[in-house]
Amino acid sequence: MQTKQQKTPLWREEFSVFKNDERYVSRRQLTKFLTLTSLAMFAGNIWILVRSLWKGKAAGLPGVAIARAGEIPVGGVKLFQYPVQGEQCILVRTAEETYAAFSQKCTHLSCAVYYSKESQDLVCPCHEGHFSVHDGSVLQGPPTRPLPAVTLQRRGDELIAIGMTNTGAD
Amino acid sequence: MFGYEFYLDPSRCIGCQSCLKACEECETHRGVSMINFDFIDRPDGIATAAFVCFHCEDPTCAQVCPADAIKVGDDGVVQSALKPRCIGCANCVLACPFGIPKLVPEYEQMMKCDMCYDRTSIGKKPMCATVCPSQALAYVKPDEIAALRREKPVNTFYFGEQKIVTKVYMMAPAETDFVSVDVMDYTWEPEDAYAN
Repeated sequence: MQTKQQKTPLWREEFSVFKNDERYVSRRQLTKFLTLTSLAMFAGNIWILVRSLWKGKAAGLPGVAIARAGEIPVGGVKLFQYPVQGEQCILVRTAEETYAAFSQKCTHLSCAVYYSKESQDLVCPCHEGHFSVHDGSVLQGPPTRPLPAVTLQRRGDELIAIGMTNTGAD
Repeated sequence: MFGYEFYLDPSRCIGCQSCLKACEECETHRGVSMINFDFIDRPDGIATAAFVCFHCEDPTCAQVCPADAIKVGDDGVVQSALKPRCIGCANCVLACPFGIPKLVPEYEQMMKCDMCYDRTSIGKKPMCATVCPSQALAYVKPDEIAALRREKPVNTFYFGEQKIVTKVYMMAPAETDFVSVDVMDYTWEPEDAYAN
């Protein structure tokens, strides 16, 4: 036949008139796929849950000395990386004896926040998100979640970062 | 049924139309016969011929179906149009070289012989073959037909340049290997056809 000499179009291969050559998905195959996929999703969620519980129990972020008291002036800032390299954080000396440290990653779209001396809060320049410098809560703008806060401890002359709160994992 | 083949022999047809009635009895399409029953030359003779679907190996009806409604099973049986898919476009009716598919206007569906799939798939003979008194429609094993008939079963047909190999056999004179139909013969009209 003439049609056999021509190149077979894809639709003819996929919708073959011969039942054996059919390539489209049957109802049973689709149901099987859906069931197995949702089972895999379920297992994945269980795994994530177990892992986060495990992590939560085995918490204890490292204590890292980030600055010496008096190293920065009142209203001054120091950038550091905590708890791992690459996770940029910002330390603010809000008063003579008060320090606050937060992740620098805005909870909206991860732009780096900076400390604004005029408004005395942490500002994200991308979409005008403002965070309280005291507890990291959202003051205005598009972010809905507070900034992760770094827990600080003073040991003698040194400021030690000992953990984080509001990370979303807790 | 394994090993059984369908044999058509129009020369044996006596015009009793038992096959038509038997086919109509089927509960899957009650009242609608799937037999193509022809009077060969009605003004001049009483010859009749009953045909079932030839079940081509590469069925033209299925190839032209835009809705993918006609399927060929593992056993080579070309099924009737799938009810949810058939859009009643009659492409198959026009395309089939044997003129087998029929569009049933009441249902807006193409309906054709599926070799009594409900019967043959569980080891019974097709309805028409069981009732045909002259066995113009026969569903038997190849060695039986060879023993009982002088004619030779052929399943190769030429319609012009289109070669068609079918599942159903046609009883032809012993010296023939294929049945050739010169389609141009039927489309040709004499020059003075519209003269009067």
